[in-house]
Amino acid sequence: MTDEARQSIETARRKVTGKTKAPLWAVLFESLVRGITGAVILVLFFLMGTILVRGGGQITPEFLLQAPRDGMTAGGIFPAIMGTFFVVLFMIVMALPLGVFGAVYMVEYSKGGIMSRIIRAAVNNLAGVPSIVFGLFGLGFFVLFVGRNLDHHIYGVPRTAEEVQAVQAEMAPLQAEAREEAINLADERGITDPAELDAFVEAYVEEQTPPVPRTVFGQGAMFWAAATLAILVLPFIIVATEEALRAVPPSTREAAYGLGATRWQVISTVVLPQAKPGILTGAILAVARGAGELAPILFVGVTFFTPGLPLTEPVNFGLFSVPVVNPFEEFMHLNYHIYTMATQHHDPIGTRGIQFGTTLVLVALTFVMNLMAIVLRRRYSKKS
Amino acid sequence: MSQEPESKPPGEPAAKRDELPSGREGHTPDFSPAEVQRRLRHPVSFFRRTREHLIEGGVFLCGVASILAISLIFIFLFREGLQALRMVDTPLDFVYSMGVQLEYDAGIDDVVAVGEAPQLAWQPVSEEPKLSMIPLMWGSLGVALLASLLSTLAGIGVGIFLSELASPRLRGVVKPMLELLVGIPTVVIGFVMLAIVAQPLRQVAEAIGLSGVYGSTYNMFVGAVGVSIVIIPVIGSLVDDALRAVPDDLRAASLGVGATRWQTTWRVVLPTGVSGVFGAVILGFGRALGETMIVLMCAGNAAQITGNPFDSVRTMTAAIASEMGAAQVGGVHAQTLFLVGAILITITFLLNLTMELVVNRFRRKIRL
Repeated sequence: MTDEARQSIETARRKVTGKTKAPLWAVLFESLVRGITGAVILVLFFLMGTILVRGGGQITPEFLLQAPRDGMTAGGIFPAIMGTFFVVLFMIVMALPLGVFGAVYMVEYSKGGIMSRIIRAAVNNLAGVPSIVFGLFGLGFFVLFVGRNLDHHIYGVPRTAEEVQAVQAEMAPLQAEAREEAINLADERGITDPAELDAFVEAYVEEQTPPVPRTVFGQGAMFWAAATLAILVLPFIIVATEEALRAVPPSTREAAYGLGATRWQVISTVVLPQAKPGILTGAILAVARGAGELAPILFVGVTFFTPGLPLTEPVNFGLFSVPVVNPFEEFMHLNYHIYTMATQHHDPIGTRGIQFGTTLVLVALTFVMNLMAIVLRRRYSKKS
Repeated sequence: MSQEPESKPPGEPAAKRDELPSGREGHTPDFSPAEVQRRLRHPVSFFRRTREHLIEGGVFLCGVASILAISLIFIFLFREGLQALRMVDTPLDFVYSMGVQLEYDAGIDDVVAVGEAPQLAWQPVSEEPKLSMIPLMWGSLGVALLASLLSTLAGIGVGIFLSELASPRLRGVVKPMLELLVGIPTVVIGFVMLAIVAQPLRQVAEAIGLSGVYGSTYNMFVGAVGVSIVIIPVIGSLVDDALRAVPDDLRAASLGVGATRWQTTWRVVLPTGVSGVFGAVILGFGRALGETMIVLMCAGNAAQITGNPFDSVRTMTAAIASEMGAAQVGGVHAQTLFLVGAILITITFLLNLTMELVVNRFRRKIRL
């Protein structure tokens, strides 16, 4: 109901009933409701203001561009910023195509069919799942199930206790043989000092026996963290895309079909371009959400400290060779940095400044993305 | 290629319509792309047809992958959780464990063991693991109830303000602010509560004479306040949506018979939208139950059963978050934590289901 209508009805009521003042409890009730809303907005300003004031002084080029040093009491948070950036990047690269085309199937191919109903049910249920449950899933499925099995089949890393024993049983005679050889060799060379002898034997055994296979995939890694977050944000992308696709008027689709376009041509040249702002809004919100979550990735690869970004050996691109980010290593993350610095560091009070600085960087990132999404959505909804 | 057209193109000449294969009267003519192309004698080339099929297959796979990814969570969590049941003697181990009961003996001025008694203790890393989940559930329930209480009242207030009192312009400012508040990472809220709010809150409590009961600086109440900050905007937005779905005719009728704005809100709008409001509250409760980082940082993280809201508690989510990293893979502790996750997912699933039923009823009521 418009404000003018409300106003005129109110005026009429006053004239008819002769009561010019609203009753006391109505006034009380309305001011209570206004007060509550004001208080909630105040909380937002309090949060933002505190973080800005206490974190603002921390923000220096050194803080943004260096790694932590001196037992995390000095230096910057560069690895954490980059870790957050790359994990979110990998996440959206995985989630966006899956979510967008999942929604395209739902809206354009299986209209109201069984598939779209199943997707809808799955999406609805996933949206209410606590984020820590995604963390359990990421650890149990990606790291322990997929990762360990990849390691087993590619590198021959043992998976179960029996397999570990089998590998050890296989290695034992070889090691014993090498040890004997080492002791003989030491005799020949005249090594008698026990410590020196031990070191020599150890080194010799290591050199002579086949290397123990190393875990590559079966441990916490940026890639698994990104995959876990991708599943977390998938429902949001599907819902946003679905709404955007449904907002495209059917008449434009029919016009395109009328010109003889095939279904894919209609989708790719008519529907998706019109739905682009809506999909983009969903993607931005998904990125903001992914950057703001810690619980899902707690056990899937975040770590307290790395001296820099995890990088691979230089990769040859033909013209030049540069190291690239290694997604199968552990990484630092802004959220985890705040959490560990505030709760597990040996001096949580003394490093408050760093904690607030990190918080400011994180809040600024998510704030900017949320704002972008809000503005984009507003402009988009005004146009249509 | 066998879908029905979404709507009949208008202005089709009647004569042409008769030529179409209409089996019975009133049958919608088939304007599907395949049919139209066939009728235009415009055969789709083999290449284009193949490409269409390939793309449809690819898009279908994306849909299937989404479903798979989502349903895998449920399957996997239950599979892992059920292994915990196989590792213990009886499922009752997750309810209570037998522990030595100590009693003070005045004669020797020391405590002596007097026998065994059931204990509700969560001590998964002790020599003999005690795996009672009751303290964790107690903590979760306590924080979620307290947070729901705070945020239901405030959230309904915000919702009423947005839908009934605010001018469209004010609403256009306040609603995005709520969205921004929801968008703040929970770690940040937990951190601010821990670093800035908890200590002054303790001082305030002590100043008003609560020092006797104020157990720990980080406690259930501080956790619940932090969780409320996240949930109030969510409930507020949903209540706003629910109240705005109430038809304006009802408001106009109420105002027309001489009711004031307050009477209209309280006696007409709220009762009509009550199931929507109820749905919002249930959703908020589910969110509070699943919130992890805030309770992990501010609720004290001590697994105990306490009736005092100013004592430390450890919720189910906080237990998973703080213990999983150190638990041995495949051990009974880790599998029990998976079981806790499975229970958590079941509870939120049921809450979701309830909310959906309630909201569906609301929609039907609104349409009447």
